[in-house]
Amino acid sequence: MRWLLPHPVVSAGLFVFWLLASRSVAPGPVVVGAIIAVLGGWALALLDPPQVRIRRPGLILRLLGRVFVDIIRSNIAVARIVLSRRPARRAGFMHIRLSLREPHALAALACILTATPGTAWLEFDPEEGWLLLHVLDLIDEAEWVHIVKERYEAPLLEIFR
Amino acid sequence: MNHLAELPAPVALLASALVLAGAFLSLAGSFGLLRLRTFYDRLHAPTIATSMGISCVLLASMVVFTALQSRLVIHEVLVGALVVLTTPVTLMLVARTALHRDRLENNPGVPRAAAPDETAEHPEAARPEGPPA
Repeated sequence: MRWLLPHPVVSAGLFVFWLLASRSVAPGPVVVGAIIAVLGGWALALLDPPQVRIRRPGLILRLLGRVFVDIIRSNIAVARIVLSRRPARRAGFMHIRLSLREPHALAALACILTATPGTAWLEFDPEEGWLLLHVLDLIDEAEWVHIVKERYEAPLLEIFR
Repeated sequence: MNHLAELPAPVALLASALVLAGAFLSLAGSFGLLRLRTFYDRLHAPTIATSMGISCVLLASMVVFTALQSRLVIHEVLVGALVVLTTPVTLMLVARTALHRDRLENNPGVPRAAAPDETAEHPEAARPEGPPA
């Protein structure tokens, strides 16, 4: 079983993905989906990704809810900056030192920060953990550090351990 | 578009509001691209379209087709998930190219590295014999 499905979760995800995309559970899409799921698992095994263990599903849901609220809030804030006549703001770069090192967790954080308008992930130095961000509305730098470290990084550290 | 006439009025209103909101947000994002002045500022504007703009349009699609087919239609979630997973890749490619170029050209106002520049952040650190701050 191990050789057929080296990454069972990823394969299951691909299978569900295929069925959703083809909107049918007829034998044809099921067979094609199964083939894609197996091949996808093999392709991922060739890339040899680091083992990942995900914990605390409740916390994942809470983090997703938090990100959802933040995305709506920052969308409104950025739209207001773009549309206002004379925006009182200061854009700028900022450095944040992260304790996260797990590649999957960093990828998740990059998705969160990119999906939130107003923050852009520019560069990460894995040696010392410095993250370079560009923030559109950098009025209170400490506030942004707090958001990234407490709101996002702390739960990610708990989830990927 | 005859089948759309079968939509109940409240559903049609909700879907139209969502489509309009999505279109407005995407327009605001594109307008920001035009309006903001520096490259790094401009990075943020299209994110409006790829986060809430697209979400509103996808929600509208879910509402309409769930109502028309009388069953839950949620495969639009896939579009949203793929957009969220792939935007960081292009954003980082574009942003890091710009950073690389600005650093090569020694343009002011661009950090030299991901780690903070000690001399810029703490001027006293550059003068080892200076008085303690």
